[in-house]
Amino acid sequence: MSDPVFGPAPERAPDPELVQLLTPEGERVHHPGFDVDFTPDELRGFYRDMTLVRRLDVEATALQRHGELGLWAQLLGQEAAQIGAGRALAPQDFVFPTYREHGVAWCRGVDPVRLLSLFRGVDQGSWDPAEHNFALYTIVIGAQTLHATGYAMGVQRDGLVGTGDPDRDMAVVAHFGDGASSQGDVNEAFVFAASYNAPVVFFCQNNQWAISEPFERQSRIPLYRRAHGFGFPGVRVDGNDVLATYAVMKAALQRAREGQGPILIEAYTYRMGAHTTTDDPTRYRLSEDLEHWKLKDPIARLEVYLRRNGMADEAFTADVAAEADALGERMRRECHALPDPSPHDLWDLVHAEKTAELAAQQAEYDAHAASFEEALS
Amino acid sequence: MTTMSLAKALNAGLRRAMEDDDKVVIMGEDVGRLGGVFRITDGLQKDFGDDRVIDTPLAESGIVGTAVGLAMRGYRPVVEIQFDGFVYPAYDQIVCQVAKLHYRSRGRVRIPMVIRIPFGGGIGAVEHHSESPEAQFVHTPGLKVVACSNPADAYAMIQQAIHADDPVIFLEPKRLYHAAKADVDEAALSESPAPLWQSRVVRSGSDATLVAYGPTVSTCLDAATVAAEEGRSLEVIDLRTLSPLDLVPVHESVRRTGRLVVVHEAHVTLGLGAEIAARVTEECFHSLEAPVLRVGGFDTPYPPARIEEAFLPDLDRVLDAVDRTFGF
Ligand SMILES: Cc1ncc(C[n+]2csc(CCOP(=O)(O)OP(=O)(O)O)c2C)c(N)n1
Repeated sequence: MSDPVFGPAPERAPDPELVQLLTPEGERVHHPGFDVDFTPDELRGFYRDMTLVRRLDVEATALQRHGELGLWAQLLGQEAAQIGAGRALAPQDFVFPTYREHGVAWCRGVDPVRLLSLFRGVDQGSWDPAEHNFALYTIVIGAQTLHATGYAMGVQRDGLVGTGDPDRDMAVVAHFGDGASSQGDVNEAFVFAASYNAPVVFFCQNNQWAISEPFERQSRIPLYRRAHGFGFPGVRVDGNDVLATYAVMKAALQRAREGQGPILIEAYTYRMGAHTTTDDPTRYRLSEDLEHWKLKDPIARLEVYLRRNGMADEAFTADVAAEADALGERMRRECHALPDPSPHDLWDLVHAEKTAELAAQQAEYDAHAASFEEALS
Repeated sequence: MTTMSLAKALNAGLRRAMEDDDKVVIMGEDVGRLGGVFRITDGLQKDFGDDRVIDTPLAESGIVGTAVGLAMRGYRPVVEIQFDGFVYPAYDQIVCQVAKLHYRSRGRVRIPMVIRIPFGGGIGAVEHHSESPEAQFVHTPGLKVVACSNPADAYAMIQQAIHADDPVIFLEPKRLYHAAKADVDEAALSESPAPLWQSRVVRSGSDATLVAYGPTVSTCLDAATVAAEEGRSLEVIDLRTLSPLDLVPVHESVRRTGRLVVVHEAHVTLGLGAEIAARVTEECFHSLEAPVLRVGGFDTPYPPARIEEAFLPDLDRVLDAVDRTFGF
């Protein structure tokens, strides 16, 4: 029953249309608004990327189980959303990730071992954001969406929006999760981005869960619709469809670079693994749910499509598998070899200009440590 | 008498408080179905329903802000902040609203809220999961702040904090959640628990005094055991309450020992140790044989797990400070 004045309650609104270019069965479909012609090489590239980041994820999870990492946040199931979003970027675009964007990091050329070092407890992010146009991982939920918006405001002020030069115009991406959409920071980022028409693409991977809390706890309407209330467009894409995610992201980035302002993409996907390696999802979700999403696996559907259309044969998939094995082997080897940090990092990294107070603390620590070494020798 | 871990004791204390008063509600991220990431609220939603054990949206300011409203409506919210480093989005609500409403309303509005925060390091975690923000709350008039260090205290203190009519920041040493179990006499503690706002001598000694709270109490007890083997008798005091501070046992102890070392994981600068040193100097100046020394986290951000041992006050740093108090 619809309220005569206010209309239907939002949750009863019809199911939103999901932008999809490749069905779970591996069938290529078309969308009037978003479509891209992919070359066989591009399609094989997506398959390779997704297979390698899945291996990266499996390997890191195993390293955590063996005590080599303190923690790992798995991306299992979200490969298409991340590779689609990552491969759509132009080199000059800048990305603000959460802690789970290993696939986007991969696309930005951040070596997987650098991700391991963070989760091993060697450092808190060892890549140079300016070198990869990829900010450090942010663990405090939502904080990075404001940073992305401010960065985009800077890009605007630098005159790098709407010049028409495809190699100069720049867009900024803010990654976040469905849980994060509840945070004040994220909503404030929407307000700022809309207010200044900032060239930022908000990319939300709705993986249905924020640790143990289902999506319904965060929102009673599909997330992409929230954008309208803030004054910019939103779109929901099949986040397990790498082609659709790529196409939608490509269009959104282009729109932002042209100066048409922010946009929200909700990549509808599923967290197949645990929240992190310390989590036990059997406490709060049904295995049927997982089984249902397994049928929508992002890699399997692309493989079906490639094989059926003669774009991939045994030799190709065997090559990718061998490359994945080599990556896994290298990750294990280099993870073991990561040197422990020096205690001097404690004081050396605090300020641009070290204070005399900290230097004195450090000297005191050194004297204390030396007295132990003397006692031992 | 039941033997339980600190985590289980908190769970039992919360359960008891909910049975005793149906206005007690629990709120936080993942506290319901999951029972919290540390399982402190395990089973409570199943037994008390999701109106009383509330899984909230992921927004700390929202959690504490709505808890203020619930408190004004007569409820006694017990809020869980998932990790110490995630309390800051709620900091504005805590400092400007929770702490000040009683004052601003001339006492007409009471905020009987408990904000539980697992705090401290030593668990090999990533950034923001190992911090000790207590001084920031002690520095905020209008809040009360307590820290438990063992299962029996945890069981009694959580109930007392919920019973208090003022807002209480309740700090739980996460590193000890599943450490050694201890006997908790639920019946005795329910009838005659030690008053919440009192600190306690947990080991008597005569040569020097160690003051600690939360996770560093066990470090200091270990230090006292080692020192005893070397012929030095250390008294250990568990503060339990950080605001208000109860320094009566500390003053009494320092008048006998003449030496005091304060130990906490929080950064030394403007940490609790600074306040205690000032007050003890004022109260016990003529008894002091040495300056009050502080052992704490360095004035650096909490470091990556692989060097957290260097950051945390350990047995050696505590004993080294004790040695130094004898060097004056
Ligand atoms: C401010 C803050 N509060 C709480 C947490 C603890 N926490 C880490 S991840 C998480 C859930 C995040 O869910 P979502 O945004 O959907 O992203 P996902 O982990 O599913 O990728 C929570 C509550 C945190 N990191 N930061």
